Amino acid sequence: MTAPRDKLGRPVVVVTGMGIMTSLGAGKADNWSKLVAGESGIRTITRFPVDGLRTTMAGTVDFVSVDPFSSTALSERMAELVTQEALDQAGIGAKGDFPGPLFLAVAPVEVEWPQRRELGRVVGKLDFNYDDLLRISGGGKFTAYHHRFMFGSVAAHLAEAFGTKGSPISLSTACASGATSIQLGVEAIRRGETDAALCVATDGTVNPEALVRFSLLSALSTQNEPPQAASRPFSKNRDGFVMAEGAGALVLESYEAATARGAKILGVIAGCGELTDSFHRTRSSPDGKPIIGCMKKTLADAGMEPGQIDHINAHGTATPENDKMEFNTTSAVFGELVQKIPVTSNKSMVGHTISAAGAVEAIFSLLTLEHQRIPPTINYETPDPTILFDVVANTARDARVTAVMSNSFGFGGQNASLILTREPA
Amino acid sequence: MTETPVSKPGQTEVWITGIGLATSLGEGLDANWAALQDKRINVDENGFAPYVVHPLMPVSFDSQIPKKGDQRQMEAWQRIGTYAAGLALDSAGIKGNKDILSKIDMVVAAGGGERDLNVDTGVLTAEAKGANAPGFLNERLMSDLRPTLFLAQLSNLLAGNIAIVHGLGGTSRTFMGEEVAGADAARIALARIASGESDIALVGGSHNGERKDLLVLYEFGDFNLKDKFAPVWARKERAGFALGSAGAFLVLESKAHAEARGAKPFARLASVVADLARRKQPGEMAATLEKLWAQLPKREGKGAIITGATGAEPATSEERGFLKRHTDFPVRSTGTMFGHTMETQFPLGLALAALSISRGALFPPNDSTGTEIEMQGAPTQIVVVGAGHWRGEGMALVEAVS
Repeated sequence: MTAPRDKLGRPVVVVTGMGIMTSLGAGKADNWSKLVAGESGIRTITRFPVDGLRTTMAGTVDFVSVDPFSSTALSERMAELVTQEALDQAGIGAKGDFPGPLFLAVAPVEVEWPQRRELGRVVGKLDFNYDDLLRISGGGKFTAYHHRFMFGSVAAHLAEAFGTKGSPISLSTACASGATSIQLGVEAIRRGETDAALCVATDGTVNPEALVRFSLLSALSTQNEPPQAASRPFSKNRDGFVMAEGAGALVLESYEAATARGAKILGVIAGCGELTDSFHRTRSSPDGKPIIGCMKKTLADAGMEPGQIDHINAHGTATPENDKMEFNTTSAVFGELVQKIPVTSNKSMVGHTISAAGAVEAIFSLLTLEHQRIPPTINYETPDPTILFDVVANTARDARVTAVMSNSFGFGGQNASLILTREPA
Repeated sequence: MTETPVSKPGQTEVWITGIGLATSLGEGLDANWAALQDKRINVDENGFAPYVVHPLMPVSFDSQIPKKGDQRQMEAWQRIGTYAAGLALDSAGIKGNKDILSKIDMVVAAGGGERDLNVDTGVLTAEAKGANAPGFLNERLMSDLRPTLFLAQLSNLLAGNIAIVHGLGGTSRTFMGEEVAGADAARIALARIASGESDIALVGGSHNGERKDLLVLYEFGDFNLKDKFAPVWARKERAGFALGSAGAFLVLESKAHAEARGAKPFARLASVVADLARRKQPGEMAATLEKLWAQLPKREGKGAIITGATGAEPATSEERGFLKRHTDFPVRSTGTMFGHTMETQFPLGLALAALSISRGALFPPNDSTGTEIEMQGAPTQIVVVGAGHWRGEGMALVEAVS
């Protein structure tokens, strides 16, 4: 049998394992049943005091415990759990011996407040400065903090635990990170460097400072009561995104390698594209050209026409600007089809899992293909009259879905799109 | 199959056609080259005492970042990187070339931006004095943090700022993970160009070593060089690295793309490889370096090694063991001359390798231990080594274009 190649002569890249975790729960089964039931994972934050905050809810993953707690440790643990789920499904390699590289989307790492406060306690004075903190930081008391707060620490841990090959890459393209991790895996397989890649994205950064940072940029919803109704993509009364935690893992393989070992193929990564917006640090170019170009590049990469896309898993953050821009740019690419293609935003239920979102939503897109059922966009009570998407409103919809476009846009002008299909084209 | 893949022979040749440097020794290629020739080291033993740092040689940011508003939106690490990236684009002759900049692929190795030290200590001292209301931290952060500080700290906003200031509209990826992120950035950019996925890429990183919050982070592991400067190879009794400030960017380009626009190469980037040694047992890191060495294309020319060895232990001793097996290659340590610039150290090594090849000479040794020896004649092949102070190993081969 000749190796199946895509229209551009490259190896077809398929998905053979998936693992997922969101505020809705752990694993594909639990997440999918709650997602199509229209359940929200957004709740009032209990992990830390919310006094004095404008936003008091988030999609936290509270059912995974790590000790000592840090956002980086939670990100690592979630990544470990979803990777195990993906590997169990793929049945690839051997325990601790994954036959390919790791591409990890992870939030930037830094020393966090619990650890900083511990330093302050050890200084033991009423008045002190950073020099005092510095003086007590060495000598071996805090060696574990060094290891924990290296940017590469999560990837190094996963690489060792799962035996991935070569140098694991930790990456950030802000809210597009998850999509970028998949793109790096696709490219490595297409170049023929490897037959398999492990693409993981994780984000456990609902902590006070992260919440404050987004809050100060006026990016977050403040519709705190009830928390389940805060995330309102495409609604007239949307007022920002809801921070959330989660993780997703995908085992990618060349079609040839997957079929040779008799693996079940869960879907195809038919196309990926990215395009930088150099307009502004947090805002999209008003003409939308970079996003339009990103979607067009992705279609070209997949060798597909707009008419072949029958569902869009939107970035749909529920910020006033994003959703409007996403509609305008999608209209520019899809023309009149834009009102006929069912669109949904998973963020209405699981919130915005930031660094993980691209992978989490790619997995939801693949589950949509598998079940031929599109999860709803909940809280869609007051449609924005200027956003003419066919939003899958409030209840799931059965539909014939053969190709999904999943979009991710992030701070720093990061735009990335994926096209996922059921079968090789 | 255990190794990180290597780009295959016969694929598209990739040239280094632009270099941008802003370091503790100066800005631009001539200033850095002259300082290396003079064995000048810019080290500050007092400003952060007892810690030793290599401060940035002051530059006029206006020349590469003309809008003050842009400069204000960045912290020092982003300004240094955006500045050096501009120098690299100038060096490649593509600054302001909209056709090329609209498609250039960026792979940046980045850490994160500095914290507001006053906010941190303000919270901690208030808590030491008894502030313990549940919302105290929230309220102080909400009122004291500068709203745009977050953007100056976010890892991918170095690339974001470069795109905004220099008008880059291709793709943008940011790799994190300390030293080896710099090697991986070059590795992925090279693989993409070699395979035809990309024609031209901007690769590099930047680092501000004059930061107390970073000193705290590395002090946790007792990694900071204290009290007095010494060359990297002479730190065995007093191990550690002296953080350095630097931005180093390269323009990588397919030979065909460079020739079509009449661009001249500094050198060819033949190969970049990387791996993650477990470093649980002595010898594991040296063995990984040996494995990477074997993965590089054959060295037949007049060779040298430029290493980013940190001075931290046990990594530096492991690397010394590796170097002892290759004593026919004269060695230079960028850590001695520039300090340790973390994610930037590997791109800096690549830049100096390409510069040395294009100038027909390796820069002189600066070492009292005999690890670095004189080199006569022009190097035609330079191996760049980058082993992290804690994890991650990278290696590259930079060659003369014949």
